[in-house]
Amino acid sequence: MSQQAPTREVARRVFAAEFNDAEYTFKESDDERAPQYLLLPSGERANRIFVVGTLTETEDVGEDSEYWRGRVVDPTGTFYTYAGQYQPDAAAFLRDAEPPTYVAVVGKPRTYETDDGTVNVSLRPESITEVDAATRDRWVVETAQRTVERVRAFSPDTDEYDGLAAEEYGGDVERYRRAAVEALESLDSESDTEAEAEGAGQASL
Amino acid sequence: MSDVRKDARELHERFSDHLDVTEDEIAERLTTLTEEYMVPREEARRSVESHYLEEAGLERDDLGSGGSNPKVKVEDIEEDEQWLDLTAKVVDLWEPGHESIGQVGLLGDETGTVKFTAWASSDLPALEEETVYRLSNVVTDEYEGRYSVKLNRTTTIEELDEEMEVGENSAEAEGALVAMQSGSGLIKRCPEEDCTRVLQNGRCSEHGDVEGEFDLRIKGVLDDGTEVQEVIFDQEATEALTGTTLEEAKQRAMDALDTEVVADDMRERTLGQYYRVRGPQFGRYVLADEVEELGGPTDTEELLIEARSI
Repeated sequence: MSQQAPTREVARRVFAAEFNDAEYTFKESDDERAPQYLLLPSGERANRIFVVGTLTETEDVGEDSEYWRGRVVDPTGTFYTYAGQYQPDAAAFLRDAEPPTYVAVVGKPRTYETDDGTVNVSLRPESITEVDAATRDRWVVETAQRTVERVRAFSPDTDEYDGLAAEEYGGDVERYRRAAVEALESLDSESDTEAEAEGAGQASL
Repeated sequence: MSDVRKDARELHERFSDHLDVTEDEIAERLTTLTEEYMVPREEARRSVESHYLEEAGLERDDLGSGGSNPKVKVEDIEEDEQWLDLTAKVVDLWEPGHESIGQVGLLGDETGTVKFTAWASSDLPALEEETVYRLSNVVTDEYEGRYSVKLNRTTTIEELDEEMEVGENSAEAEGALVAMQSGSGLIKRCPEEDCTRVLQNGRCSEHGDVEGEFDLRIKGVLDDGTEVQEVIFDQEATEALTGTTLEEAKQRAMDALDTEVVADDMRERTLGQYYRVRGPQFGRYVLADEVEELGGPTDTEELLIEARSI
């Protein structure tokens, strides 16, 4: 029998507000090649995430060789993504990008500990592509949906990962529901503004 | 008629050929269980059935489910160990891999196809290809998420004199295109008759070095945040998705002296976009016959109300 290909890890949907609170990583087995997961505060384990937001700034922070950092902003906060020589396509994208622009990033969560002991989390891109506002809006709604689902299902007493998340992060998942509501409201007010602009345009004709 | 009577009558019908037992005796057993021992109706029925099966020296499968089965279409088969009736055409017969198997092959109706197995020990009349049958009392089986049906000793087979169009199993997937796998873009296929293998470094695994024919395709991954689905876009779907024709792609590759640029262009254009695709399922892939690019969100208001109300 041929060995079965390992199943591909799902790209989780998470807002920056929740992603940046995460810091605990783990593997499910001792195997060196076993996937590494970032435990999200709402109890989901994420080996990969998918983000759509506004690329607001890029900077080459490398010393000996190019190492690009991009700031990708969603309605709740900022994702930091880093690409160097091992992510040539993503690095090239960040080098050539002209912020602000909407981008979609598929990537792996990475954590590092700073000198003062705080853990920072960032995103190592597998791909970065330019997208439009409609795709960004769809992502915001989808991510709000997934967040609300996780918050609603959060049960630290019965679910292993929820329990671990409560232990690591304190179990206050209500703030992520509020973040989701605010993100949805931000879309609402945007479309109101657009509608008003459109109305004004028509009135002047 | 009381539940006990109903169950007793059904059980009696099924066992009357095998055992000398009256409906009253069966009813009494059921009553003892339900009233004296407070056993739920389903469990009582099952228990009494087991008792008579043992007495008659039969297996549960020998007897079938009793009563009438749901008449289903192939696409509705999505549960293990369901007894059902199926009207379907024999699309294909395969060589049985083991002596315990009488016949094995593919059944189909207008909604799709499903594998079937008939045990040699069931002594059933042989099915013939391209013939439509009404199969009563078959049971479903599941293996790694794929369903098949089993014909057994109690299955009745009735040949029907009718035509049937067999449809393809159709699947739908929706999500963001999060990856494009190797083997995407401008590829070459083996030109030998009936061989469409994709060449690796100009070689066909069957026919060796050949002059390949160019084709376009994308092997992609759609991801909705909870599950992934691998999707194949053929030349037509790829052209529609990327806005680049095969001729343009060939020109692009020639100018760049590299076929890889075609896949790179496609990645740039499609990764991170949301799509809904529909088409037949082949193994782990859905073949994208219909592709829809998804724009802005549609259900924001509803979700907002839900999110506020937790």
